[in-house]
Amino acid sequence: MLSRFGRYIILMLKVFRKPDKMQVFWKQFFVEINNLGVESLGIVAVISVFMGAVVAIQTAYNIDSPLIPLKMVGFTVRQSVILEFSPTIISLILAGKVGSRIASEIGTMRVTEQIDALEIMGINPANYLIFPKVTAAMVFNPVIIIISMGFGLVGGWLVSVFTSLYTSYEYIDGIRSWFEGYTIIYALIKTVVFAYLITSISGFMGFIVKGGAIEVGAASTKAVVWSSIMIILFNLILTQLLLS
Amino acid sequence: MIEANNISKFFGDNQVLKDITVRFEKGKTNLIIGRSGSGKTVLVKCLVGLLEVDEGYIMFGDRNFSQMTFIERKKVRKEIGMLFQGGALFDSMTVEENVMFPLTMYTNQSLEEKKERVDFCLKWVNLEDANKLLPSELSGGMTKRVAIARAISMNPKYLFCDEPTSGLDPQTAGVIDDLISRLTKEFEMTTVVNTHDMNSVIKIGDKISFIYQGQLWWEGDKKQVLTTENKELNDFVFSTELTKRLK
Ligand SMILES: Nc1ncnc2c1ncn2[C@@H]1O[C@H](COP(=O)(O)OP(=O)(O)OP(=O)(O)O)[C@@H](O)[C@H]1O
Ligand SMILES: [Mg+2]
Repeated sequence: MLSRFGRYIILMLKVFRKPDKMQVFWKQFFVEINNLGVESLGIVAVISVFMGAVVAIQTAYNIDSPLIPLKMVGFTVRQSVILEFSPTIISLILAGKVGSRIASEIGTMRVTEQIDALEIMGINPANYLIFPKVTAAMVFNPVIIIISMGFGLVGGWLVSVFTSLYTSYEYIDGIRSWFEGYTIIYALIKTVVFAYLITSISGFMGFIVKGGAIEVGAASTKAVVWSSIMIILFNLILTQLLLS
Repeated sequence: MIEANNISKFFGDNQVLKDITVRFEKGKTNLIIGRSGSGKTVLVKCLVGLLEVDEGYIMFGDRNFSQMTFIERKKVRKEIGMLFQGGALFDSMTVEENVMFPLTMYTNQSLEEKKERVDFCLKWVNLEDANKLLPSELSGGMTKRVAIARAISMNPKYLFCDEPTSGLDPQTAGVIDDLISRLTKEFEMTTVVNTHDMNSVIKIGDKISFIYQGQLWWEGDKKQVLTTENKELNDFVFSTELTKRLK
């Protein structure tokens, strides 16, 4: 376990180098933005809408005192979506989707000697393969999360359209009440850290594979499990650091 | 010329290479032969630096490869082409992009110049119309040939091949052997081929090193290998029914 961590650190030192050829790096970078980011937008949108709607309905059912105004629903949806649901839950979903993809892609390259082939050519394979993924996710995941926040809020609003739990006016009024810009910054800092964790851990798990197809499968499971655990752990640490 | 001087390699307590000293000569197809598990792949990986030797050192010409830093090695690596057992083509790239890859990484040639070089290399291996195919669309023999084309795209001084003919039918294996041997002569490369295919041995073995249980057991050429008195080598050479009957 400790030696694993040591190997992870050593790998990261190799990842964070200046790419051999910037032109090639940028090309890879945009390919990864598409593979890891744009292709995840669909599932993120769907999940976010439902997430927002569920939070809204649950809050509305729990407000039974006439003293609490119904605009609290909008307020609660906004706070939970921005603070927790979008950055953390969506990052967990991405850990599953993106993490397994990265680990199996790099793991397959390892067992079919493609990584050795890069090394023989004098290329730093850790940098060539992992760096564009890490940077692409760190840059694009904040975009995904902001989009997710938008869809989350829309989800809560849709409830007002299709039910009579609260009105659209109350909901929007709630969303706009007591807003602190810092919560968005907090969410985006978390997102960037989570993006790093997902891509670097999954890249590492793929990179150290030995064996064949079965080991690649195992690595991709490990990638998802470990990224998720680290996300939960760092969620706690960052919340302590940033909100207290 | 490549020299390995007194190299040993351990995996834990298991000593896989035992004090091997061997020279691989320029313009010749140098073969490493031996039974499965004798340490051929480990030897080749040590030579190219994919594995680090525990004792001894490796020279490329007059350069001590074992003492170099990563950056210094990079220079030598640009002079090395390697053909891996499974081809190791990048499966997200087409044949053309695979062959072009080293050029893209290391030269500032224009796309036209690179394409010209790619076509030249693919012509060498008789794959003129395969540019746009993906590795998943190639047969085993084609994969090996594309891998050869990629290995020679940078005009290497040193060519390494790990079991280039394994998994191929005898005829296709012969084509690959011919290619390797012709390339070596034409471009004056120092070629190191690791094989247990006796057909290759007697066809292209300019210099043969027989590895037995991690030790360098015998050296000679393709004529001597058939007349040797060495018992272990004899057992290896005449292990198939066909060779036994011929003898
Ligand atoms: N990474 C490794 N870790 C531990 N042991 C290894 C490793 N690589 C090779 N070995 C051991 O080294 C020995 C030699 O293996 P090697 O792959 O060099 O054999 P080979 O001569 O190439 O055989 P084959 O003809 O089957 O390819 C084997 O006993 C193997 O178990
Ligand atoms: Mg081998």
